[in-house]
Amino acid sequence: MSILRKTLTTAALAAALIANGAQAETKRIALVVKALGIGFFEAAAKGAEEAAKELGDVEIIYTGPTDTTAEGQIEVINALIAQRVDAIAISANDRDALVPALKKAMDRGITVISWDSGVAPEGRLMHLNPSSNPLIGNMIIKLAADHLPDGGDVAVLSASATATNQNTWIEEMTKVKGNYPGINVVATVYGDDLADKSYREAQGLMQSYPNLRAIIAPTSVGIVAAAQAVEDAGKVGQVNVTGLGLPSEMAGHVKAGSSQSFAIWNPIDLGYSATMIAYNLATGAAKAEAGGAIPMGRMGSVTLDEAREGAMADPFVYDASNVDDFASIF
Amino acid sequence: MSGRVRALPREALLAAVIAALCALVAMRFPGFVAPANLAGVLNDTAPLILLALGQMAVIMARAIDLSVAAVLALAGMVAALLDGIGLPLAAVVAAAILLGAVLGAVNGLLVWKAQIPPIVVTLGTMTIYRGTIFLLSGGKWVNAHEMSVPFKAMPRAVILGLPVMTWIALAAIAAMAVLVRRSGFGRSLLAVGGNPDAAVYAGIDPGRVRCLAYVLSGALAGLTGYLWVARYAVAYVDIAGGFELDVVAACVIGGISIAGGIGSVGGAVMGALFIGVIKNALPVIGVSPFWQMAITGAAIIAAVAVNARARRGRGRLILVPQRATP
Repeated sequence: MSILRKTLTTAALAAALIANGAQAETKRIALVVKALGIGFFEAAAKGAEEAAKELGDVEIIYTGPTDTTAEGQIEVINALIAQRVDAIAISANDRDALVPALKKAMDRGITVISWDSGVAPEGRLMHLNPSSNPLIGNMIIKLAADHLPDGGDVAVLSASATATNQNTWIEEMTKVKGNYPGINVVATVYGDDLADKSYREAQGLMQSYPNLRAIIAPTSVGIVAAAQAVEDAGKVGQVNVTGLGLPSEMAGHVKAGSSQSFAIWNPIDLGYSATMIAYNLATGAAKAEAGGAIPMGRMGSVTLDEAREGAMADPFVYDASNVDDFASIF
Repeated sequence: MSGRVRALPREALLAAVIAALCALVAMRFPGFVAPANLAGVLNDTAPLILLALGQMAVIMARAIDLSVAAVLALAGMVAALLDGIGLPLAAVVAAAILLGAVLGAVNGLLVWKAQIPPIVVTLGTMTIYRGTIFLLSGGKWVNAHEMSVPFKAMPRAVILGLPVMTWIALAAIAAMAVLVRRSGFGRSLLAVGGNPDAAVYAGIDPGRVRCLAYVLSGALAGLTGYLWVARYAVAYVDIAGGFELDVVAACVIGGISIAGGIGSVGGAVMGALFIGVIKNALPVIGVSPFWQMAITGAAIIAAVAVNARARRGRGRLILVPQRATP
């Protein structure tokens, strides 16, 4: 008996020692966000914790300034350098201003990557975009086409006529339009990201094109205003509003039926992927080089381009089945 | 009284221009002049009319209120937040109006007691009020599903064929018409704007009159804040961004002199309707967004030019230079 007990104790002690040993080698990955208290980034932190649990030997330090300034982030980075973390994954408030601080971190052997909002190439090993322009352009027309099996007229409600990201997405959408036969893009109008102007433009679209079946709004202000305009015009079921929006802002309109589905990058996946990449780079399991691929767990792998940037995945689609779960997150 | 005499032809002219504009649009898009659509345009213009009425009072008193859109947004956000904690609708609307009046009083007191130029005061409070929205909301949106059903339904409810929002605007027009034409306050607005020094001799305190005009403008903006948020079913920091310029433009187009002392309720309403028709017409006839801005801008300059022409030669020499006697 006593021998057995002794053996058990020894085994337990050994296990504890091994666990301690492992803890000493735990990779500490700092997830630095634009500002604390933003739902989108809180959700990204959840994804990072998920990755940490999956990897086992990772400790996540979720941090960021209290307001979205580059100065605040530089302070945070300096503090992280002093703490000798293993990796920094940052969503930057300024593309260039953070470079010196991040360079200093890399000089000390810290793995630095950016995600969501990028840093200039000299300040990071690689950048993870939530999605890519071609993927977004394809997604927004696919969302409209999915609910129009027989085709029909659709129109685009953009932000301002000079918004670069909007124009790029619409351009990419136009490129793949041929893949969706029967979908007829009749107009592109501009709501300037103002609720009232977007609402009026949506009203104008419904008046000018009586056969309109869908409004694609790749802007979070526009999609909400268009959905409200469709509801007020009594055209729920006839005109479907889709595009890019946030679940918390769109939940009511999905319930009302004016929007069947919409898309946005999934912040949980984003935080998860950034953590996986940071871990793989910090442990030396992968290298950040142009043309190379870095595994990111359940999200597959990311391939880097010339500027060492990569796209995570298609924008994530939200509809009546999942919008409520995400509405409380961001 | 010059305001009243001058206002009539100006209103008729603007009405004719608006009618011509509608006819022009109808050539491209006949559905625009359908009664239901015109009622829709009127309803869409209701917030602009409400704010233009308040702005008119302020401008007539030789001041300006650039903070109206920020007051609207702040009152709207507060209304949405109060609705969120379950306050009954009547209390929410009353709170929005009261808050607007208080914010207007802040403007008014700074202009009156601190003697700071109105444009500086309201430029400052505009930013402060927007910032306050951020502090209250933490930068988050209040969305459609977070608002109660009666909160969103009130401006949309239809009475005698028109939505409540339109009726509120019509009631405000009637009330302001009485106030400006039939009350001592209305006369003192014109007196203060026309000649502040003379007003003092007539026993009117220009600062007090201006302050009251700001309170009125703020209260109307507060009410509009609720209507705006309920109608578009969303409240966030930037709602009605830049709207103060539309409001001032409506007043200027309506013949209200930026130098004060001249203006009418009819002018403000017509100016607002002019902008409302342009805003609603341009989307349906498919004009590029750049032209939309240019057309509104051209209308403002044309209106000011007409104003300036009308006022030329108004001055009268009362002291005829005497030939020097030997």
